[in-house]
Amino acid sequence: MFGNASRVSAVFTKELIQMRRDRLTFAMMIMIPIVQLILFGYAINLDPKNLPTAVVAEEQTPIVRSILQGLKVSGYYDIILETDDPHKSNELFASGQAVFLVHIPSGFSERLVRGDRPQILIEADASDPAAASNAVARAETIVNRALRHHLKGPLAFLNAAPEPADVIIQSRYNPEAITQYNIVPGLLGVILTMTLVMITSVAMTREVERGTLENLLAMPAKPAEVMIGKITPYVGVGAVQVIIVLLTARYLFDVPFQGTLSTLTFGVTLFIIANLSVGFTFSTIARTQMQAIQMTFFFFLPSLLLSGFMFPFRGMPHWAQWIGEALPLTHFLRIVRGVMLKGGSLIELQMEFLALAAFILAAGTVALLRYQRTLD
Amino acid sequence: MSAAAIDVYGLVKCFGNKVAVDGVDLKMPEGQVWGFLGPNGSGKTTTIRMICGLLTADEGGGQCLGFDIRKDANLIKQATGYMTQKFSFWEDLTIRENLAFVARLYRMPRMGRKIDETLEGLGLSQRQNQLAGSLSGGWKQRLALAAVTMHSPRLLLLDEPTAGVDPQARRDFWDEIHLLSSKGLTVLVSTHYMDEAERCDAIVYLAHGKLITQGPVHDIIDKAGLFSFRLVGEGVRELTEAFRGQSGVDHAAYYGNALYISGRNRNALEQAIRDVAPDHVTAEEVKPTLEDVFIELMEQAGTDKRMHG
Ligand SMILES: Nc1ncnc2c1ncn2[C@@H]1O[C@H](COP(=O)(O)OP(=O)(O)OP(=O)(O)O)[C@@H](O)[C@H]1O
Ligand SMILES: [Mg+2]
Repeated sequence: MFGNASRVSAVFTKELIQMRRDRLTFAMMIMIPIVQLILFGYAINLDPKNLPTAVVAEEQTPIVRSILQGLKVSGYYDIILETDDPHKSNELFASGQAVFLVHIPSGFSERLVRGDRPQILIEADASDPAAASNAVARAETIVNRALRHHLKGPLAFLNAAPEPADVIIQSRYNPEAITQYNIVPGLLGVILTMTLVMITSVAMTREVERGTLENLLAMPAKPAEVMIGKITPYVGVGAVQVIIVLLTARYLFDVPFQGTLSTLTFGVTLFIIANLSVGFTFSTIARTQMQAIQMTFFFFLPSLLLSGFMFPFRGMPHWAQWIGEALPLTHFLRIVRGVMLKGGSLIELQMEFLALAAFILAAGTVALLRYQRTLD
Repeated sequence: MSAAAIDVYGLVKCFGNKVAVDGVDLKMPEGQVWGFLGPNGSGKTTTIRMICGLLTADEGGGQCLGFDIRKDANLIKQATGYMTQKFSFWEDLTIRENLAFVARLYRMPRMGRKIDETLEGLGLSQRQNQLAGSLSGGWKQRLALAAVTMHSPRLLLLDEPTAGVDPQARRDFWDEIHLLSSKGLTVLVSTHYMDEAERCDAIVYLAHGKLITQGPVHDIIDKAGLFSFRLVGEGVRELTEAFRGQSGVDHAAYYGNALYISGRNRNALEQAIRDVAPDHVTAEEVKPTLEDVFIELMEQAGTDKRMHG
């Protein structure tokens, strides 16, 4: 069905040589993952501090003061407004000028002293979820440490309780708070999508533009042979990119790896092939290299926006989720996050693997149907 | 006559509403070298592409090497070597890598040795690791010829293989073609050069997508019913324009220190000479050349009547 191995290897070898000789493209394939990782990774993942915070304090007591002091000292919170008017603070929060909204209800100090474990509400703007994650994660510790400091002498008995105050955290605007660990594995998918689709999308158009297609077609190579021969070298390129990203994830960003490498490898391989078949399909449709690049971006943007990389998948409207389900990146994100962060197994993620396989089948079929066998 | 290598009939190909090839029949016996001639845009390349299955004919059909040109394109490709008009090997591969690519696609046995032999034959063994793109025009053509003959095809389709090649290289190229032909290969070669046409067993002349005439060179010249005169003497060159204005003179051209005029009516030509040429100019009748015949044929074919898009 896939033609003759010698002819596949003919095309494969030719592509490998041409790829090696095209230094600029080759360098780009290696540099893009590194640059993107550094930019995205650091811009999003570094533990951001001094986040603008609005405080609604309905009472002013030494205990409240020391809580606010504790927040400030932690370095995560920069209190830009302190008020007893919820409207004012809400405005700041809604406009995005404040990332956190801290509510301290009246009677807080009194109930604390009674040992009632009063509540403090911290609302986080999670529309940029990764930005706030560390500050949120530490809020409870910060508040209670500040209080413990205060609870001495006659109040020391309160320290015996697990936590003197109950810090309630609510994420607003974005219920599925993405932690920094979500970003780096996700970037792996984004990088592979962008570079691999782009590079194969010019696979055939380059032959057309250089006038070598006529020669290729005049020789007895079957469409499947050309397609497999042309995309296989890039499976190798994809593998190198994967190794770069995974090493960076491990050593630069300390992303945990809960699952098994074999499951991930299987998912990555399917995903790489899926992207290469999309690219090859584009190259059978586009007339020029420019069109091929445009089609790549046409595919890349929804992948970036609707796959759950940028915005939490479940937070999107239904129509967007439907589009997202049709994109390989969506399924790959579930696989890579599932494997790396939750230790997901092949069985648990089988639907995602099946979706990728179905996608490859569909794209490959379109490519072979679209493949020009003549110059007509 | 042996079996036909190419036997096609009624080939029509349109691009948009422009008819590029308009009902071409071609029956070419095995083992011969045929020239494919015609002015620019007359449809030579398009016809060749239909024969080897690179373009699908809109109408007509036929066989190439006994295979149906519509259904068996893959079998035709296996047994045919097609050299494109524009150099279409991979300029970013070396000479050797290009040959290796071709050898693998045709699944040649003992590939390495075959490539070595081909390089040896080309005289490119020393330069085999040079990029094909860095070769001069003449060498590119030789490389292309070697590449398309490596798989021992039965039919060679060469589309203007000697365009832009110097005379010595052209001669070598043609010696090579005759050598291949003597080994039994059938060769159809398109060209704009008259001297090359005269090295063919027969020629096919195309104009505006239609087959105008075909046959051996001398037959075509005889069939044309053309007469030519050669005029020598001082100042004959200045007479060129005057002759062109005369009725009965279809063609007037100056070369080799003489003025050549030709037309289909001997009396009219002689009258024109009496009218235009001064006494010191001497005129003698000569055998018309193939070029005269072609120009005559082109004029007869008239302006391009095919639709333009
Ligand atoms: N792919 C195409 N699309 C549109 N028109 C085409 C195409 N290929 C050829 N033509 C047109 O068909 C006509 C015949 O072209 P063709 O290339 O066969 O001529 P030719 O005899 O090979 O000319 P030349 O001697 O210049 O190579 C020309 O008018 C050309 O413009
Ligand atoms: Mg041509």
